[in-house]
Amino acid sequence: MMPFGYVRATDRADAVARAGSGTRFLGGGTNLVDLLRQNMEQASNLVDVSRLDGSIRESHGGGLLIDASVRNAALAAHPLVRRRYPVLTRALLAGASAQIRNMATVGGNILQRTRCLYFYDVDGARCNKRQPGAGCDAREGFNRYHAILGASDQCVATHPSDMCVALAMLDAVIHLSGPDGERSVPLADFHALPNATPQVETVLKQGELITGVELPPPSDAVTHSEYRKVRDRSSYAFALISVAGGLALADGRVTEVRIALGGVAAKPWRARRAETALVGRAPSRDAILAAIREELVDARPLSGNAFKIGLAERTVTAVLTDLAGARA
Amino acid sequence: MSKLQNAIIGGVRAVLGQVPAAWLPGGTPDPLIDKRVALGGQQSRVDGPDKVRGVARFAAEVPMEDLLYATFVHSTIARGRIVELDTSAAEAAPGVQLVMTHRNAPKMSVPPAIGITNLKAAGNHTLPIMQSSEIRWNGQVVAVVLADTREKADHAATLVRVRYEASPARTRFEVGKRSAYTPESLLVERNRLDKGDAGKKLAEAAFKIDAVYTTPWENHNPIEPHAATIVWRDGKLIVHDATQMINATAGSLAKIFGLKAEDVHVSSPYVGGGFGAKGMWDHQILGAAAARLSGRPVRITLSRASMHRLVGGRTRTEQRVALGADADGKLKALLHHGYGVKPLHSVCDEAFSLTGRSLYASESFDVVQHYVDLDLLANSFMRGPGETPGTFAIECAMDELAHAIGMDPIELRRRNASTRDPVSGAPHSQNAMMAAYDLGAARIGWDRRTPEPGTRRDGEWLIGMGCASGTFPFTRMPGSSARITIDAEGHAHVASAAHEMGMGTATVQRQHTADRLGLPLDHVTVTIGDSSLPFASFAGGSSQTASLAAAISAASRKLATELIQLAGNDTPLAGLKASEVEFADGGLRSVENPARQESFVSILRRASRRELSVIGESGAPLEILKFSMHSTSAIFCELRVSEVTGEIRVDRLVGAFDCGRILNTKTATSQFKGGMIMGLGMALAEETLLDERTGRIMSTSLADYHVPVHLDVPDIDVLWTDIADPRAPLGARGIGEIGTTGVAAAVANAVFNATGKRVRELPLTLDRLI
Ligand SMILES: Cc1cc2nc3c(=O)[nH]c(=O)nc-3n(C[C@H](O)[C@H](O)[C@H](O)COP(=O)(O)OP(=O)(O)OC[C@H]3O[C@@H](n4cnc5c(N)ncnc54)[C@H](O)[C@@H]3O)c2cc1C
Repeated sequence: MMPFGYVRATDRADAVARAGSGTRFLGGGTNLVDLLRQNMEQASNLVDVSRLDGSIRESHGGGLLIDASVRNAALAAHPLVRRRYPVLTRALLAGASAQIRNMATVGGNILQRTRCLYFYDVDGARCNKRQPGAGCDAREGFNRYHAILGASDQCVATHPSDMCVALAMLDAVIHLSGPDGERSVPLADFHALPNATPQVETVLKQGELITGVELPPPSDAVTHSEYRKVRDRSSYAFALISVAGGLALADGRVTEVRIALGGVAAKPWRARRAETALVGRAPSRDAILAAIREELVDARPLSGNAFKIGLAERTVTAVLTDLAGARA
Repeated sequence: MSKLQNAIIGGVRAVLGQVPAAWLPGGTPDPLIDKRVALGGQQSRVDGPDKVRGVARFAAEVPMEDLLYATFVHSTIARGRIVELDTSAAEAAPGVQLVMTHRNAPKMSVPPAIGITNLKAAGNHTLPIMQSSEIRWNGQVVAVVLADTREKADHAATLVRVRYEASPARTRFEVGKRSAYTPESLLVERNRLDKGDAGKKLAEAAFKIDAVYTTPWENHNPIEPHAATIVWRDGKLIVHDATQMINATAGSLAKIFGLKAEDVHVSSPYVGGGFGAKGMWDHQILGAAAARLSGRPVRITLSRASMHRLVGGRTRTEQRVALGADADGKLKALLHHGYGVKPLHSVCDEAFSLTGRSLYASESFDVVQHYVDLDLLANSFMRGPGETPGTFAIECAMDELAHAIGMDPIELRRRNASTRDPVSGAPHSQNAMMAAYDLGAARIGWDRRTPEPGTRRDGEWLIGMGCASGTFPFTRMPGSSARITIDAEGHAHVASAAHEMGMGTATVQRQHTADRLGLPLDHVTVTIGDSSLPFASFAGGSSQTASLAAAISAASRKLATELIQLAGNDTPLAGLKASEVEFADGGLRSVENPARQESFVSILRRASRRELSVIGESGAPLEILKFSMHSTSAIFCELRVSEVTGEIRVDRLVGAFDCGRILNTKTATSQFKGGMIMGLGMALAEETLLDERTGRIMSTSLADYHVPVHLDVPDIDVLWTDIADPRAPLGARGIGEIGTTGVAAAVANAVFNATGKRVRELPLTLDRLI
């Protein structure tokens, strides 16, 4: 770990003003500090943004405005989140451990980096994300946790967040503040697929701060939503596959459906094709399966993760079938 | 490993076959088998309060002036040599005192290998350490950075530049199998066993199973990482270590640095878990070398990643088991062949093929195992070495056979339970495996199991139940000793260089000594964990309790003799021989006439002595060469498997153990449970990920090497037969390792019962079940 300076930002403006090359924002530090210690990331200065506003409040349109410094545990426990956006609470609680959730912030969770083993092995492995052009040892190595959708020759890593899968399903919008002013980006467009530049992971610009996340008012499918995470042990493991699903019915037919997948790509994967295929249909097991298969036609398994395609199909089918059953 | 060893041990066994049992250790059963006051009860660990309060001082916490912290730089190739080494940036980094590499490291001899004949050797491998530019495995230490804080040392370590010239490395198991070697012996047993034409018997059998089972490379992950605080003082080497091999480490360091044995002092009063891994590895040696070179004390605490690169684990295994049975389920043939990895520089055996030789009365046997020599880190012993992977193969095969015959798996085992050693014909010292099955079956409710797989369900969850036998041999180490000191208050103090890794060594020997000497518990103290105390062998092979008990028992006999002498003629005991007295009520009394007695206090006072000390030693464990001495268990598991995701949730584990008498119900329960949880980890999750392209371990953190979390661990019931082994001190065989054996098979068998899917590869990850 390089020696670094540390300062606590007094407010957003202060944080943005302090941003500069070599400076990194610090949330709970549960990811960044590990990366610094392993010498995978370098920073000469850390600007602590974990103690800013910290509020969760209703927006004018009836949605929810969540400050980026809100801790994962606090967000999961918030009564409005639990009642209106149950999928978000479940996704948060499916992630990491209680101790990590107490520290982790919303901003940091969105920007956490992949858990690819080769990305982490600074000394011994090649990784295009770490060192563009170096090569990718994961492609022919251990890639059980890796992408089946949207990967490239350069990179097959996944984004590991559970929270972001729920946010993608909820059509969340990310608010940013930077040297050039403020802007907002839908979460679905925030993370980038690797293509030829796997080192570029988001649309965030140099020095930009995530200030908050906005959730639109809950639709019927959101209030009736579920998160299911499939993993290698019953807790404290990253998702092999996770599914955020929500369903609304009228007269036995789907009026609204939302599906997002985790563990399949470098970004939380909103399954729009499957959603389109299902709307207006009766939510039978066959119809759901056909819809998710349509979403996964482009899936390209690696040497160690072909099982994920079937697993994604089965998990989506189970989640939506359960929701349909509960609503029928 | 040699033919010579086979010949010697075979010879001793043959002779002992003729020697009357009464002449051997345990010939007269230990009276404490039945006469128990403190023993057999529930006692909390004496070290518990200090640990809870945080005042127990572990190796990395020993305060020391002028301390330097060490961080290791590991090689990134498996075989080859260092051609360029630039340490200048690291040396110039803040706080750095020294960078040690092969260029400036002191001369050190190769570590003496752990062996059955040398209790002062602790080497897990026999490679030179930092003596040349040669690289022998991916992860070998190429530089040691010393700085005045750990963080500075860590930072500077990233600045060391190394360029390698790689030579072809052998890192692929399948390739290595083609040139596997076959050792002559495994531990103290002959490797090859060929008895009664198993091939022919298998071909003729009414029912047969022939399958290959695999277990992955696994690593120990004790909660305390390996650590040592090391200082040279006046030419003497002092090591505050976390070790289960105190004397062997001291003896080895003396050899390596060319010192006299008495010039090395190893202290290790507390060890935060060992499981076989806390022996001597390169870190203590390099730490001592760096301390000598820098002239300052050094602390080395391995990071989790350094642990995985430097401390060996359990080899992967590939085991073929073929079983042939007649129409009644009686075993006609047992074939057990297989491969593990054991580089030629690696010392510890993973003798999985010993498992099937004692469990069942098969008519014929064909057993042998081979090793693959690869350019990898040496193995170590890992809890239940041999039997842990071995029971996975044998006990899954038994379950498969039961299913093929259409017989209850417990009934199959009952029909094949051995009444004496199935190979040598030696009598059992004691064996009641089927009693353990009866206890366990009743506790889990085996009658609720449906024999037809896939027939019980709860929503998407398929429910199943399985069982398996566990087994581990009894060992007692020779040459372990203990000192008993009786003080003027009549209190007893026991001292021995034995080990406390959390299992309750001092606690149980305190109970033992109290009963042995007829004292209340609070009149006894036990001090262990330091090489200045009387010699003790390592804590391994589940042997420590028995070895130490034998030493204390021998010391107590000496004590009686010396007390009688000291008592002289002015005592009610006058004229009695040591064999005619017993310890009772804080003193000695005549067995014949209990009224003739005198207390320790009175004897010492009259002799004007402030204390009396004796040392006793455990003798050669000849009983294990005459008798077949194995602990056994019956493990039961009930679980659910999701039909959607293949995820397994274990709902219950029951372990019923036949290990002789239980000495402390509380510490024993913890040992068994801990072992079973480790078995559960093996069943469900544990796997060291070796990238065979580079020979590099990729799973070097606990985020990537999965052990069970609390939610994975179900209610665990532990039961025992508590039948004494008349040949073992206190009637007790060891219990430290058997808990791990059999668990993975019980889980896999329950998965089969739930789903109808037979998974023969560990771990049982969900992708194998969908
Ligand atoms: C062992 C382990 C298991 C885990 N398991 C899971 C799991 O199962 N599921 C899961 O979803 N997650 C898991 N996590 C990851 C965890 O969720 C993240 O580490 C955490 O959410 C990161 O939040 P943080 O506030 O600590 O971020 P930090 O570590 O502080 O920061 C992460 C990144 O975000 C940047 N950053 C932080 N705040 C802002 C901001 N406001 N604006 C711009 N940039 C910012 C930092 O500069 C840094 O690049 C696990 C982590 C660990 C260590």
